[in-house]
Amino acid sequence: MDLANLTAHELTEQLAAGKVSSVEATTACLQRLEKTAGLGAYLHVDANGAKKQAAAADERRAKKQSAGPLDGVPIALKDIFLTEGLPTTCGSRILEGFNAPYDGTAVKKLKDAGTILIGKLNMDEFAMGSSNEHSGYLPAKNPWDPTRVPGGSSGGSAVAVAAGSAYMTLGTDTGGSIRQPAALTGIVGLKPTYGRVSRYGVIAFASSLDQVGPMTKDVTDCATMLQTIAGHDPRDSTSSVEKVPSYTQALEQGVQGLKIGVPKEYFIDGMDPEVRASVDAALESYKKLGATLVDVSLPHTDYGIAVYYLVATAEASSNLARFDGVRYGKRVDPGKGLLEMYLETRGKGFGPEVKRRIMLGTYALSAGYYDAYYVKAQKVRTLVAQDFKQAFAKCDVIVTPTSPTPAFKLGENTSDPIKMYLADVFTVAVNLAGLPGLSLPSGFSKSGLPIGMQVLGRPFDEATILRTARAFEREHDFSSRRAIS
Amino acid sequence: MSNETEFEPVIGLEVHAQLATKTKLFCGCSTAFGAPPNTNVCEVCTGMPGVLPVLNAQAVELAVRAGLGLKCTINERSQWSRKNYFYPDLPKGYQISQYDKPICTGGKLDIEVDGHTMTVGITRIHMEEDAGKNVHDDGLAGSRSYVDFNRSSVPLVEIVSEPDIRSSAQAAAYMKAMRQVLRYLGVCDGNLEEGSLRCDANVSVRPKGTEKFGTRAEIKNINSFRFVQQAIDYEIERQSELIRAGNKVVQETRLWDSQAKETRSMRSKEEAHDYRYFPEPDLPDLVLKAGFVDGVKKQLPELPHDKLQRYIATLQLSPYDAKILTEDAEVAAFFDAALAVHKNAKSIGNWVINEVLRDLKGSSIESLKFEGAAIGELVKLIDDNTISGKIAKDVYAELMANGGSPKAIVDAKGWVQVTDTGAIEPIVDRVLAANAESVEKYKAGKTNVIGFLVGLVMKESKGKANPAMVNDLLKKKMGG
Repeated sequence: MDLANLTAHELTEQLAAGKVSSVEATTACLQRLEKTAGLGAYLHVDANGAKKQAAAADERRAKKQSAGPLDGVPIALKDIFLTEGLPTTCGSRILEGFNAPYDGTAVKKLKDAGTILIGKLNMDEFAMGSSNEHSGYLPAKNPWDPTRVPGGSSGGSAVAVAAGSAYMTLGTDTGGSIRQPAALTGIVGLKPTYGRVSRYGVIAFASSLDQVGPMTKDVTDCATMLQTIAGHDPRDSTSSVEKVPSYTQALEQGVQGLKIGVPKEYFIDGMDPEVRASVDAALESYKKLGATLVDVSLPHTDYGIAVYYLVATAEASSNLARFDGVRYGKRVDPGKGLLEMYLETRGKGFGPEVKRRIMLGTYALSAGYYDAYYVKAQKVRTLVAQDFKQAFAKCDVIVTPTSPTPAFKLGENTSDPIKMYLADVFTVAVNLAGLPGLSLPSGFSKSGLPIGMQVLGRPFDEATILRTARAFEREHDFSSRRAIS
Repeated sequence: MSNETEFEPVIGLEVHAQLATKTKLFCGCSTAFGAPPNTNVCEVCTGMPGVLPVLNAQAVELAVRAGLGLKCTINERSQWSRKNYFYPDLPKGYQISQYDKPICTGGKLDIEVDGHTMTVGITRIHMEEDAGKNVHDDGLAGSRSYVDFNRSSVPLVEIVSEPDIRSSAQAAAYMKAMRQVLRYLGVCDGNLEEGSLRCDANVSVRPKGTEKFGTRAEIKNINSFRFVQQAIDYEIERQSELIRAGNKVVQETRLWDSQAKETRSMRSKEEAHDYRYFPEPDLPDLVLKAGFVDGVKKQLPELPHDKLQRYIATLQLSPYDAKILTEDAEVAAFFDAALAVHKNAKSIGNWVINEVLRDLKGSSIESLKFEGAAIGELVKLIDDNTISGKIAKDVYAELMANGGSPKAIVDAKGWVQVTDTGAIEPIVDRVLAANAESVEKYKAGKTNVIGFLVGLVMKESKGKANPAMVNDLLKKKMGG
């Protein structure tokens, strides 16, 4: 088997047994990257840096000074993460040529854990999109079918894992940007509880919704990566002081006696029948494994998309104000004064979807509209959160489909923003409520496209989510199928 | 309105005071004034991508202190908001401020104008971060603009008054009183030249005797007591003239030009920014822990008004002296330190007012080479007859020149007063022998020559003889 198709924990075992070196694993990723270059997973590759880091990891191993389970494992990062000395564009032309002046907290933790950074990954510009087609550079393509999208906004992060050009990657999830691409590419993606992972050094899209999370080949890798990046960060005042439990300890304990909530609002008319059938089958499988299914209701689900696109765009309109050409990134200055510099820089630097959302958000916050839009949205957001609270009084986890359809065709939704926004219909509520949610492969369509399901949990109960996901994964081979062999 | 209509101004002030913290509001950079451009900066205060604010706890304490000093309600829960606008000196494109849930509300400040005391209401105090500074260089090769972010994210409080002020003199008195209180509280150094304290004035006029407020103009960025008075006077006149001529005052923001001595329109209501305030998602609500406010209250220093009353009532100082001594927080602290060493308020007060303050000629009392305790020690040496008042002047001159302790100076110089009759008597005898003529005059009833004789003895003793003893000895020897 090709080294690039191993999971991270399989690689770690081989590294520990001395069967392969980190340099070999890194080379395997770089070769796979070259072979799959047409998928557009990467925006920047640091081959030399990666090889140097891999050699250092091998040296540590030889001296028995390895930093832990991820030492020597090649990874890659969504280009939203600041990485000292490396380009960080957030998928936007406005940051073309910008080299980050510092490492973000999650990045630093992964570096300290000995991971090898292969490069920076493609994404929808400023994480705004559900197909990776809004990248300011190039679209990423689905390794299972390159005529289809990999989902977004962490499209590159999903492609790299699914195609084997990195063992694990980091994504960010504001309304489904980890879970939806994970579902569309057949990998595992976790959006942790808001505040579980530091946002310091992550370019902000919507500050009250953004959360960093792992994208991996299986649940075990997901648990290990979360373990590495979770925890309070004094540099992020919204990061939680809640104790980080062991995510790997209870991983294999199964779902015997677990109550799984099934919300009727997530099994709707018009969703893809194959997706529905796949998740229904998964629920049956859970029953066989000893779990109990409980009907729950999340009555405000219908308002999720509307609320999300008000809150997220409002925050984004403010967060993206700093990209003004004054201090860094692109500056277009026709020499006609300050206003012209602003207009030209932002006009040329931002793509159409980013502009659309800045305008939406600016409008929602404007005098005279603020109460009707932003304030109202925040109130409904509270109702959405209460829905989950009530549901979790009756169950331990909730299982739903991740995306209403498998991967759609490139260009299929680009002309209709509303249709594109509906790709997030099952994922946004979790962000609004600040809850953790994981997507894992639940099956494949007849045409061979991956289908994903979501496991949602109580605040800071990622351990139960991971255990639930692992119980299913152990019974099926969906996570071991590879798009590229 | 006829030309005779008399107008009454209605004025409210917004004072921006820099909190006296060592570091900035949301990062660890220094707040020191005068550093080379862009040296007190980091990724946070220059608005790099991905950065997040972390609140400076000391700034919160100072804001609470300001609120307590101005008799405000301290809100257990307050909220941060973003004020959005584009300007090169604003690195994030928004200022983190407080909007509809400020940290303090509803206080007051007593001010004195022309001998009358009046109370000005405080609407609210909110915390915010300062912006950077644009620097324009109009060189021959074309103009360039630069931005210095040293000030960026320096902590401020904005203190908003009620529209209770009715004259420019009251406005200036308010600003002075505010500066005094904030300095007493240690909240702000009050340095106007460095921009630590500045204000915006909201001014409108209405015909005397009417209730309804006129349309107001906001005058921005006034940084001296004189300017606040001049700017408001100009604005009252401008608005009154407009109305008398049958025109309307338009709501607008104006800028005080201190060179031309006029206010100029900066932007109209229509051009006013829509700041699109919304709660700052990167910071949780500011919740003050139980007991925090009480803790700050316990450490609150005595405020100017209370101190003044105490100096008059308890220390029995004249109202005039008490006022001089309490005017400035540092002077009062200096005086209190002297008093802690020796409880002669009257003498110490005289020394501080007549010697120390006079010699300072306006510079800071903290620039002295000695502290208040030294003046206490000096007066103590006089009062226990260790030195004479004349020697004390020499000791004081030495203090001013080189600092040190008065007692040590007296010991080192051998200036201890001679109170031993055996040592003074031979000098007295010599002086009497050499001035028989004066002795005759004295005996003939011209007793005031004794002063001349005392002076001679003092001179011969090099100032060290105790003058009272000399006086007594002379009288005794000349027969009463």
